[in-house]
Amino acid sequence: MTYLLAKVGAWTLGRLKEMGRMFNFILYAFYICITSPGHPRHILKQISFIGAKSSLVVVLTACFTGMVLALQGYYTLAKFGSEGMLGVAVSLSLIRELGPVLTALMVTGRAGSAIAAEIGIMRISEQIDALETMALEPFKYLVAPKLIASIFVLPLLCAIFDVVGIWGGYLVGVELLGVNPGAYFGEMENSVQWKDIYSGLVKSGCFGVIIAWICCYRGYYTGHGAEGVSRATTTAVVTSSVLILVWDYFITSVLT
Amino acid sequence: MKNGKLNAIVGLFVLVGIICLAYLSIRLGRLELFDGEHYTIRADFDSVAGLKEGATVEIAGVQVGHVDRITLGPQNARARVYLALRREVRLQEDTIASVRTRGIIGDKVIVLKPGGSERLLGAGGAIRETEGAVDLEELISKYVHGQVE
Repeated sequence: MTYLLAKVGAWTLGRLKEMGRMFNFILYAFYICITSPGHPRHILKQISFIGAKSSLVVVLTACFTGMVLALQGYYTLAKFGSEGMLGVAVSLSLIRELGPVLTALMVTGRAGSAIAAEIGIMRISEQIDALETMALEPFKYLVAPKLIASIFVLPLLCAIFDVVGIWGGYLVGVELLGVNPGAYFGEMENSVQWKDIYSGLVKSGCFGVIIAWICCYRGYYTGHGAEGVSRATTTAVVTSSVLILVWDYFITSVLT
Repeated sequence: MKNGKLNAIVGLFVLVGIICLAYLSIRLGRLELFDGEHYTIRADFDSVAGLKEGATVEIAGVQVGHVDRITLGPQNARARVYLALRREVRLQEDTIASVRTRGIIGDKVIVLKPGGSERLLGAGGAIRETEGAVDLEELISKYVHGQVE
């Protein structure tokens, strides 16, 4: 009996300790970002890696998401004879939800895993220890540029996603299914508010923090050997994807 | 050389991102950075049920502005709506403003019918003649109880 209690207690303490360590990690990372954000070149490199090189996959996802939204939305709206609202349906679901979330998930899959693996391998090949021995702050070189870059890059990717998605919806809705193009854009302009766009951008900024945070953290405290890195990469992607979806709910309920 | 290529890639990406952002906010969000093109007038309605801030204001089907703000009027009895209209649109003093629905379940819009008065409404002026939103339920219940004229 006591043994069981001790087990539960140890497990809880372990989780709490981990959460505390994660929290300290992000606080310290922000502190480093503000005090010594590192060379602009490092940040530029990360923007290119996390942002520019993810844009192809984001554009592809966006295009097909917009197209399938238009297709599904059309048949539902046609039942009520309000095909003219197709633009509203596509643009609002893209701008409010799908844009930020899908962009973040794609970036997690593409760049997040790479971040975790990169930092993890530096850890097991003792490069991080080498930096520390030389009294160089590893956060300044490894974490801060990634954090800054992903906060900056995610809203931009999200904006690209929204625009491409809306045009993908246009392609299917107007060109294939024959919705009036004036209605598609006109209704959209009437219904989309600046608040919708703003909340989408705030969301994707938050997702940027989550991606950089979780992936850097998992890599930084990786286990031993190749197996440790592989586990760190997997957990990084899984944890940040789940956190993105959970956080999305809370942020939506606060912002609206 | 490699340095220049990196800069170019990042520059292109940021440029495309910002263009998309600008497109979204200006075209769809109608973010007005310098609101010098509009002036506001107010109108009191008996009911603006269903009207939202940002709804269109039109004359003869042409969009001439949007609903800026909706509040309660004095004595909390009527709804006071502030309309932001484009500068070039001049309204006569006896203009009639009414809340209308576009289609059967469409958005609520404000329709203005220009009057014949010589005097024009300036910024901060008030439209006196208004028609509130037509409550479909009330209408049906009147019909059911046989009170409709």
